[in-house]
Amino acid sequence: MDRRFFLLTGFILAVLLIFSARLFYLQIIDEDLKLSAENNVIRRIKDYAPRGHIYDRENRLVVGNQSAYDLMVVPSQIRDLDTAAFCQIFKIEKDELQRKLLRATTYSRLKPSVVIKQMMRSEYVEVQEHIIFFPGFYFQRRLLREYLYEGAPNIAGFIGEVSETFIRNNPGYSRGDFYGVAGIEKSYEQILRGKDGVRRIVVDVHNREKGRFQEGIYDTLPTPGEHLTTTIDIDLQRYAEMLMTNKRGGVVAIEPSTGELLVVASSPTYDPSLLVGRQRNQNYFQLFSDSIEKPLFDRALLAEYPPGSPFKIVNALIGLQEGAISPNSHYSCGGGFRYGRLFVRCKCGTSAPIPLKTGIYKSCNNYFCQTYKKIVDSYPTAQEGLERWSSYVRSFGMGEFFNNDLPTGRRGHVPDSSYYNRIYNNHRWKAVSTISNGIGQGELLSTPLQLANIAAIIANRGYYFTPHIVSHIGDQPITDPHFTQPKRTMVDSVHFEHVIAGMFEVFQQGTARLAKVEGIDMCGKTGTAENPHGQDHSIFMAFAPKDNPQIAIAVFVENGYWGSRWAAPIASLIMEKYLTGEVQREALEKRMLEGSLEDEYREQAIRLAERKAKKNNE
Amino acid sequence: MSNRGGFHIDWPVVVMYFALLVIGWMNIYSATFSEAYTGYFDMNQNHGRQLVFIIGAIVLILIILVLDIRLYTLLPWPVYALSILSLIAVLLFGQKISGARSWFTIGSLAIQPGEFAKVATAMALAKYMGAIDFQWKKIRQRFTALGIIFLPALVILPQPDLGSAIVFSAFVFVFHREGMSPIWIFLGVTLGVLFVFSLLFNTHILSIVLAMPFLLLMYKNRKGRWAQWLGVLILVVGFVQSVDFTFNNLLEDRHRNRINIMLGLEHDPQGVGYNIHQAQIAIGSGGLFGKGYLQGTQTKFNFVPEQHTDFIFCTIGEEWGFVGSILLLVLFAAFIIRLLIMAERQKIAMYRIYGYSVASILFFHFTINIAMAMGLFPVVGIPLPFISYGGSSLWAFTILLFVFVKMDAHRKDVW
Repeated sequence: MDRRFFLLTGFILAVLLIFSARLFYLQIIDEDLKLSAENNVIRRIKDYAPRGHIYDRENRLVVGNQSAYDLMVVPSQIRDLDTAAFCQIFKIEKDELQRKLLRATTYSRLKPSVVIKQMMRSEYVEVQEHIIFFPGFYFQRRLLREYLYEGAPNIAGFIGEVSETFIRNNPGYSRGDFYGVAGIEKSYEQILRGKDGVRRIVVDVHNREKGRFQEGIYDTLPTPGEHLTTTIDIDLQRYAEMLMTNKRGGVVAIEPSTGELLVVASSPTYDPSLLVGRQRNQNYFQLFSDSIEKPLFDRALLAEYPPGSPFKIVNALIGLQEGAISPNSHYSCGGGFRYGRLFVRCKCGTSAPIPLKTGIYKSCNNYFCQTYKKIVDSYPTAQEGLERWSSYVRSFGMGEFFNNDLPTGRRGHVPDSSYYNRIYNNHRWKAVSTISNGIGQGELLSTPLQLANIAAIIANRGYYFTPHIVSHIGDQPITDPHFTQPKRTMVDSVHFEHVIAGMFEVFQQGTARLAKVEGIDMCGKTGTAENPHGQDHSIFMAFAPKDNPQIAIAVFVENGYWGSRWAAPIASLIMEKYLTGEVQREALEKRMLEGSLEDEYREQAIRLAERKAKKNNE
Repeated sequence: MSNRGGFHIDWPVVVMYFALLVIGWMNIYSATFSEAYTGYFDMNQNHGRQLVFIIGAIVLILIILVLDIRLYTLLPWPVYALSILSLIAVLLFGQKISGARSWFTIGSLAIQPGEFAKVATAMALAKYMGAIDFQWKKIRQRFTALGIIFLPALVILPQPDLGSAIVFSAFVFVFHREGMSPIWIFLGVTLGVLFVFSLLFNTHILSIVLAMPFLLLMYKNRKGRWAQWLGVLILVVGFVQSVDFTFNNLLEDRHRNRINIMLGLEHDPQGVGYNIHQAQIAIGSGGLFGKGYLQGTQTKFNFVPEQHTDFIFCTIGEEWGFVGSILLLVLFAAFIIRLLIMAERQKIAMYRIYGYSVASILFFHFTINIAMAMGLFPVVGIPLPFISYGGSSLWAFTILLFVFVKMDAHRKDVW
């Protein structure tokens, strides 16, 4: 053999050696490449878990799930698109379609993009047979919420698609997921959400599905979210909402023996179905931008009103506990409370000395101003007295968050001594400087929920369960001691009978006698709260029956003139319906259902606008 | 037929040839396999067309073997001339496919004259260098021989088809066999290594490091041939210093990118590095025994571009694993060495030179193609002989090989 033969042969063997070493490295040593290969071909596709249902206390389905269909497009697969026909069938503007297609093409010609979001079943059945004439388009099923009642949007709240920011802060979510934005959907998100399943499918380089990976042995099935049973009585809730039609305000009803919320109604309300489907964004924007009616603002939980006269009951209880008054303490009202130049007008119309019971059912301002002054003045300094009073009020659940299972809430406001030190800029203020507290005005603020809770406390004679909205998760009753253990106020039970006697008389001969229902022993207290925005608010706080109470309620009607005009009849109708199952007083019911304060609100809006305009001109 | 010495076909090489064809077709089938099409003769599928090409190749083999052996000493020049003309014609009238004007299309058939040019060049070179009066030492003859291979390479380059042009440098092994000093090959390899090193390392530091041994040699020969070493030193440093300039100014972007990717200087698996990244993933995912025939996911779902042509080795790597790939490499090496052994046993210089040309060309294709698939060489589009999909390359390589098999069969002829 010629020696020159060995050069090329040597090269061949050298190359063979180098290649073998390289292959050994690539195929045996480098594990990363195998991983990359898997990531290349295996797509993990989410199988969305259906969210848990939401039931009311009678196991009526309030929020369920329904199928919706996203119209998807894969731009590279479009053939001979008849734009005019497409727009007509799918009810989409030509401009919008072109914009969507352009955006889809920019994103990816091979991956699907959404053209029309969330077509409801009714729309879908109309158009789905046409889809075959439009290659490149197809429908993708999604589960959306279905609301079986046209109201009560604040109970369940609503869900929305996660934003990029949300994903960054919540690692468990990814693009396209829904999450609870408000209401129970938000506070019970983790329970309702369930666990999404994963399907592993094999895809080619164009992301086209090529079948299941290993026959699906690694796939997991979605675990549906757990169902929730709420404490709400949806019929009563809807009834309350209907009674509140054309009026603004909030209604909260509680079962005193458990703290379960029966009604959490805010008015004006809206149909939660507006926030589902194709028109969702448009509808949401409309609700969101209504700065006059603010339908998205849950007045039952968030609106802070002066509690007004119903708060006199709390003062009476504090006075009894502190020994400042007794049931037989008499005060005579001369048309108001006078102290130096200070005068608080009273319209109770009595002149003879009256005891506590009469003070309550006549709602005598003087009586409770005197009581309040006596409570505070029984301490060496006004500061100490007010601190004491303030801690009593707080024990009634005011001025603090309930930290319950509702995602929103407000503290309300209970002034303490440091508050007045700040306001008056000194320590020389007296009990009478804060006398409005005696009649629930001034610096005191309460949400309808807090006032309803006070009604429940009185019904329970001294304690409450933190108001909550969910009673069962799945089949299991809730066990959180925060909801199942009673919380006592600083007032002993014995004192409650005295104020209850007064509250009973409110329906017999007092301010709410016109709202009386034969056969039901109702106890209540009207309120007329002055407020800086305009006409007085109409307020009512009540519970029934007097013995073994089943329902405690607070009603606020904004700018409703006075308590017995709107709030008291509405509260009594709701209690009657809850306790007897039907309403006998049809005339009153009709008046409440049809009554409207819209003119009042309109005038007020005009006054506000004028004031603003004037301010701007100056 | 001139048959006085008998007709002795070298069966081992023919068997290996058919083995490569079968492996090639199986992997083309796998690379383009989909559940929807299962017919072998589906002309819409690559594997269906390749089957037709294979049948065509067998017809070609029969024709080559039947023709009179004397024809092969007469044909080289006309064939060479025709080939150069067709290369010029393709530049003028050719069909542009994926950026290169390399194809004639007649109906649905596309012919790549560049592939056949290798055969013509090998034949012409063998004819020229096989002449009795040829001597490598004669400068004029040496340059004529070089001219024979440079001419087609120069005409192919503007297509552009750098890969095919590079293949013509395979003939250095033929020149070496016929008298060229191995220094030139050594020099070529050294320059290649220097080029890579210059890109990988700081050129100034590299220059200093490389200068040291030469300075030492100059010192040792300070009374003798120090000037010679100084000259080499200047050349080496000059080369190293010019690499950056060459690389950044004379090469095109795509070449630059491919070299950078190969050297790991640039990481862009989604962009210019996509091919090579996916190719390595495919090969690497094969593991020891591979995923099994038709089970490859990377190649089947088109993650590797050109997987049935230039990147066919990825399919083999993925589905047959380390063991299967090594077997193929060994088969190829054995095949080429067998050709070299056959070349060495020729008594007629022309046959030997032609045999060396065949082995060298196959060696170059084999090395560059597989090095490219494994990320050891920048991506240049040249096929893996007998394995890659493509009619022109299969037929050209078949003609190239079987002309030699025909020559070898007549090695015992007495003229």
